[in-house]
Amino acid sequence: MTCFRVGGDVRQYFGRKLLIYILTFFIAVTVDWLIPRFMPGNPIDIMISRAGLRGSAVKTMYDYYTQLFGLNLPIWQQYLNFWSALLRGDLGISIFLFPTPVADVLMGAVPYDLALLLPAILLSWWAGNHFGAFAARSKWLDNTLLPVGYILTATPYMWLGILLAWLFCIVWRVFPLAGGYSFDLRPDLSLTFVWSLVSHWFLPFVSLFIVGFGGWAIGMRNMIIYELEADYSHYLEALGAPRKLIRKYAFNNAVLPQITGLALQLGVVVAGALATEVVFAYPGIGYLILQAIHNQDYFLLQGCFLFVVIGVLLANFIIDVAYVLVDPRTRIGMQGGG
Amino acid sequence: MPSPKKKNEILFFALRNNKLRIGLSIVLFFVVLTFVGPLLTQYKPDEFVGPPSSPPSSKFWFGTTTFGEDVFTQLVYGLGSTFMVGLIGGGLGTLLGVLIGFTAGYRGGLVDELLNMLTNIVLSVPALVVLLIIAAYLQVRSLFTESIFIAFFAWPWAARAIRAQTFSLRIRDFVDLARLSGMSSLKIIFTEIAPNMMSYLLLVFILQFGGAILTAATLDFIGLGPTNAISLGLMMNMAVLWGALILGTWWWFIPPGVAITAIVGALYVTNVGLDEVFNPKLREM
Repeated sequence: MTCFRVGGDVRQYFGRKLLIYILTFFIAVTVDWLIPRFMPGNPIDIMISRAGLRGSAVKTMYDYYTQLFGLNLPIWQQYLNFWSALLRGDLGISIFLFPTPVADVLMGAVPYDLALLLPAILLSWWAGNHFGAFAARSKWLDNTLLPVGYILTATPYMWLGILLAWLFCIVWRVFPLAGGYSFDLRPDLSLTFVWSLVSHWFLPFVSLFIVGFGGWAIGMRNMIIYELEADYSHYLEALGAPRKLIRKYAFNNAVLPQITGLALQLGVVVAGALATEVVFAYPGIGYLILQAIHNQDYFLLQGCFLFVVIGVLLANFIIDVAYVLVDPRTRIGMQGGG
Repeated sequence: MPSPKKKNEILFFALRNNKLRIGLSIVLFFVVLTFVGPLLTQYKPDEFVGPPSSPPSSKFWFGTTTFGEDVFTQLVYGLGSTFMVGLIGGGLGTLLGVLIGFTAGYRGGLVDELLNMLTNIVLSVPALVVLLIIAAYLQVRSLFTESIFIAFFAWPWAARAIRAQTFSLRIRDFVDLARLSGMSSLKIIFTEIAPNMMSYLLLVFILQFGGAILTAATLDFIGLGPTNAISLGLMMNMAVLWGALILGTWWWFIPPGVAITAIVGALYVTNVGLDEVFNPKLREM
């Protein structure tokens, strides 16, 4: 899509991308600040009445939130205060896990999310692409891949999770349901504990992997067919190049749009992971969101929102870098040749 | 008389396309079920009508929930919500996408630059999380507001596709010719460009329709769906919350998932079929 001629273009490309991400972050924070102020009702009253706190805790929390929201200050000052608190890493205090700071609660959940998302996204992308390329133009595989792939991409993440949880945890009792590890264990480096972690992790991972796999395989299959119809493929064929070589070129060309696709799909996959965590009560951010909603813990909810946005933007940027490194045209650009 | 002949040709390929036939039949089946379903059942979706957690029987076709509500009734009423969200959310998403993508592609220059930036920003925000936090602050939520919020975050996909398509149409010879002959911009858009975009718009709408359904299902499943209606996502939410897994009442959570998967999958297959019908290059396969 983008073709760079000199090194300066690469810098410009990153400059543009960074600008978009910074603007997005800025808008996300602003939305995060605006929503509680625009919605009907006093958020502090709602939060404290729903939290079911008693006695002096009510007074403490009320004072704390009034000061934190600073509702008596001019609006621009409220906005600046929000930013300065955010930049200090202060996301408020969770009501549901009072008095743990939201930032600490989130830090406890993030490792589970990373352990789930990184392998699921990368492996499904890798396996889906290779399988899609392999299946393209082979009659039998193609005829099975297409319907199965479309069914998989249409499957809601949580429903696949529910099915797997029901079959493997309830009917066949192969895997445990709920939690990041067995409730009777305490975190340590023993084999039992690690095994418990892995067996709780496996099913959420598999359900994310399967849905992703279907989508990537179909995308790659369509792309490869398009590439095999391109002039250069026909030209190679006419020259008598081996089939394997033509397919390799087709794959190299088709994989670039798939990298862009990965960046675009990231938000969807993360959303799917949140729902999957709810099904398995897996202690990542998705499960925290559920807890926050049920306990009307808006600080926790807003913290989750910011964490997810930051994570997705960072991942987007990493994919942009990867794209530039993989695309030979940009690689030449960076070396100053071309 | 090129146009009637072309229509016949499209119909000819449309009727012979298996993907289109299968996809459309499944979607139509569920549309019919949405309208006929409520007539087939004498219950209401939130009515406690039978013994709790009873398996499918002649009296309760798909069994009952933990509270004794009829699952079949919930399913057919939930289908209505699903199609509503698809129609309003997908429709509005397509409309916004067309307006923004078309303006960007047709005007080019600074307008394009700004609109493209806006598109990229909305595209990089994880939409569902924004929807979650908006929905969490609304104490009363309707199906209609849910659809509108979904559309507000779904349009960038459509806008990107339509922008690219407009770009390629804008520089075609017949458009240049119309411009040279002094046609007004508006007339060029409606008589020269729009007819060539219609098939493309239909494809975009179908994808937006399916996407809106999936987003709504996820939102409902997390517990932030409409507070005034039953939906397929809400059924799954209730099933998981009220222990359908542990009780083994599979008839509660399997039907809504099957319905969503079948509808969205059929829409995708229809989309591919239509693409083959409209695009002669893809037909040979």
